[in-house]
Amino acid sequence: MLLSGRVVLDCTDRLGWLAGRILADLGAEVVKLDPPDTDRSAADWQAFNINKRPVDLDVRTPVGRAELEARIAKADIVLASVQPGTASVEIFAYERLAALNPGLILVAISPFGLTGPRAEWKASDIELMAAGGAMSLAGEPDGAPRRISVPQSPPWTGSQAAIGALVALNERNRSGKGQLVDVSAQASIVISLAHAPAFFDVEGKEPKRAGTFMTGRSVTGARFRVFWPCRDGHLNFIIYGGAAGRRTNEQLCAWMREASADLGPLAGIDWKSFDPTKATQAEIDAIEKPVSVFFLTLTKRQFLDGAHKREMLGYPVSTVADIAGDPQLEARGFWQSVTGPDGVVRRHAGSFAVIDGKRPPLVQYPVDSRQKPSAAKKAVAEETR
Amino acid sequence: MAGVVQALDGLKLVIFGAYAAGPHIGKVLANYGAKVVHVESRERPDGFRLQYPPFKGRPGLDRSACFSYFNDSKYAVTLNLKAPDGMALAHRLAAWSDVVIENMRPGVMERLGLGYAALAKEKPGIIMLSTCNMGQTGPRADQPGFGSQLSALAGFCGLTGDPDGPPMLLYGPYIDFIASSLGSAAVLAALDQRQRTGKGCYIDVSQYEGGVNFIAGAMFDYFENGTVAHRAANDDLQATPHGAYLCEAERWLALSCWSDAEFAVLASAMDQPALPKDARFADAASRHANRALLDDVLAAWCRPRDAEATAALLQEAGLRAHLVTSIAGLFTDPQLVHRKTWRKRRHPVIGDQSYYFPGFDLSRTPGDITGPAPCFAADNHAVYRELLGLSEAEYDALCKEGAID
Repeated sequence: MLLSGRVVLDCTDRLGWLAGRILADLGAEVVKLDPPDTDRSAADWQAFNINKRPVDLDVRTPVGRAELEARIAKADIVLASVQPGTASVEIFAYERLAALNPGLILVAISPFGLTGPRAEWKASDIELMAAGGAMSLAGEPDGAPRRISVPQSPPWTGSQAAIGALVALNERNRSGKGQLVDVSAQASIVISLAHAPAFFDVEGKEPKRAGTFMTGRSVTGARFRVFWPCRDGHLNFIIYGGAAGRRTNEQLCAWMREASADLGPLAGIDWKSFDPTKATQAEIDAIEKPVSVFFLTLTKRQFLDGAHKREMLGYPVSTVADIAGDPQLEARGFWQSVTGPDGVVRRHAGSFAVIDGKRPPLVQYPVDSRQKPSAAKKAVAEETR
Repeated sequence: MAGVVQALDGLKLVIFGAYAAGPHIGKVLANYGAKVVHVESRERPDGFRLQYPPFKGRPGLDRSACFSYFNDSKYAVTLNLKAPDGMALAHRLAAWSDVVIENMRPGVMERLGLGYAALAKEKPGIIMLSTCNMGQTGPRADQPGFGSQLSALAGFCGLTGDPDGPPMLLYGPYIDFIASSLGSAAVLAALDQRQRTGKGCYIDVSQYEGGVNFIAGAMFDYFENGTVAHRAANDDLQATPHGAYLCEAERWLALSCWSDAEFAVLASAMDQPALPKDARFADAASRHANRALLDDVLAAWCRPRDAEATAALLQEAGLRAHLVTSIAGLFTDPQLVHRKTWRKRRHPVIGDQSYYFPGFDLSRTPGDITGPAPCFAADNHAVYRELLGLSEAEYDALCKEGAID
C-alpha cells in the first residue's frame, strides 16, 4: 500500500470526510475522532468513513484535548474541520500543535478558508455550491439555480484536502518540516466548473444555466437536445459533428434501420459532410424528431449495450440502482462486501484506484469507545505541575 | 516565485494525453513546483486547442482559452512517434521523468511500446497513471466517451433538477475533474512510497468509478436500505427552508435552516416573528411538509431585496446564506480575491488570462501559477536541450527527421 505506515488523525465533519477516506484507501492508518454522541449509522458517515479507525473523543473537554494532543504528537497528518470564529480555531492552532510535532502537516478544512473578509461565514452544501459558482450553471435557464441533490461540496473539498496533505507530505520528505494546509470549500468547488470562468475572463461572455440543451455549438444559435426520454428514464445523447460525431450518427442510423424505425430526414443526410456548427434550429429539430421516437423504444440498458457495441458516444442517465447493477463495475471488483465487527456484511463503493492490478481492500474497524486516560492524565498532570 | 523552494521542486512529469482528466493532474502538480511536460504532435495537437472555445477572436492552436485554462505552468513539446527516432525520444523523455500520465484508450500505450512494463524495465521506480472513462479492464474498457456524458452515467445529471422534470446538464466534463483530483492524490501517494521504498507502481483510475466515489453515501444507502436517491430540486430532508430565492437585479440567494432555533432567527430577521408559531412551520417535519408554502413566503421576502446585503444580514444573525455567485461574480468574490484564487498571467497570444489556483494554500511552500499555458511546441528547445540534455546536433537531427515536429 502506497501510504503504509503513515498515520493520519481525522478530526473532520462531513466537509472533510472524503479526505481521510482517500488517504485510508491509499494505505494510510487513519484514525477517525468523533464526539461520543456521533451517529455512525448514517449512510454518509458509513460510506465516507469506512477504512478508518473510529475513536470516541470529545476534544471540547480537557481530557479529550490532552488525548488529542498526545495523538497529534505522533501523527504525520491531521485533518481538521475548522470554523473561523469558533473554538475550533484555537483547538487546531497550527503554531501550538507544531510545537508538539514539528513535522506535523495540519490540514484545516473550512467553508471559506481560515482568513479573509468572510472567513467566519457559515455554510452548508447549498450555500457552498452557490458560493463556488456551481449553482449558477445548473437548472433551467428561466428557472431557479439548482444544486446536485446528493451533496457535492464535501467530496470536492475532501479531495482537494487530500491533495494538499500529500503535497505537504512529499515536501516534508525533503525538508523534514511540516506546514499548515488551508483548504477552502468554496475555492475547491471552482474546479468543478470546468472552463466556464475562462469564457467570462477572455470573451466577456458569462456561461449560465443550460437546462437540458446544448447551445453554443452552431453559429445560428441552434439548440441541441442532450436528454431524451427512453422507455425507463432518460438518455444523454448529442448530435455531434467531427469524426466522433460522424461515426455515432452513422451507427445510430444503422441501428434504427435494423430496428425498422422511421428515419425521416435522417435517411437523406450524408454524415461525412454534415456540419452541426452551421445547422439551423429547424434542421436540428427535424433531425432530432425521429431520433426521439426511436429512443422511446429503448431501455437505458439497451442503449448502454448498443452504444458500446456500435462504438457510439452517449450514455444513459443512471440512477443509483442502475449504477449498482452495471456489469462494468462488477467486473472490475469496484463494489466491496465488507464484514463489520458485528458480523454484518455491507456493500461499499471501493477504492478509486487500482494499483498494480489490485484494488486495495476496505476494512471496517470496530469503534474504540474506551476512555484512554493514561496519556491524557499524564498530560493534564504535567500541565498542572 | 524565484528563490522560493516549492513543495514539489525537482519532481518531473510527462503527460501523454489530451483534454481534461490526464493533463489536469499535471497542471495541479505544476502549481506546487513540479516540472510538467505536455506531449503533443503536429498531427494530433491536444483537442482542447482546436475544438474548444472560448477562442481569442478565432480558432487557432494557441488561441483556445479552454486549453490554456487547464494547462498553465507547464512545458509543451511535440513528439511524432511515427518518425524513425520518435519512439526512442519518447522513451528518453519517459526515462527522464518520475511520473508518466496518460489518458488514451486502454491498450494504446502498450501498442506504442510505452506501456508500464516497458517503461519500468528501463527506469525502475517509475510511476505511471492511466485514466480513461471505464478503467483499463472490464467488458466496456474500450468504450470512449466525453466527460460531460459520463457525468450522466455516474448519476450526477439524474440527481440534478426537479423531481418531475428532466435531468439537468452540468457544465462541461464535471467528472473529469473528479478523476484528475483523485489521480493527483494517487500520484502523490505513490511518490511517498517511492521515496521510502524505491518502488514505483502503475495506477489505473476509472473516471466512472471516481465519480461514483463522489456519491458513495447514496450508493451505500441504496445497498443497505434500498433507497434510490432522486433529483429533489433544492430540497433537503434535514433542512427547511433550503433553497435559492430570486432577489432584485436577477440575483439569487441560497439559504438554509437546520433547526427550530435557526428558523426562529430567520423569522425575526425577516421581521415576521410569528412564523415559527404557525403550526405549518412549527417544527422541522411541518416545515418540510409545507415547504412549497414556506418557499413562497421566502420568495416574497427576498424578491425586492439585495442578495449580497441579505446574505450578510443573515450571516450576521448566525445563519447560513450566500449569494448564488455568477461566473462573472467569482472574479470579484471577496474571499476568492483574498485567497488569490485568480492569478493573471500574460499568454503570448491570448493576452492576460486569469488562471485558477487550487483551493488549498500551503503556509511554507505556497506554490503559484508559474506561467501561462504554453503555446504549441513552445518548449521543444528548452525541454529537449536543457532538461533532457540532448546535444544541439542531436536536437537538430530530430527536428529534421520529424521526431520533434
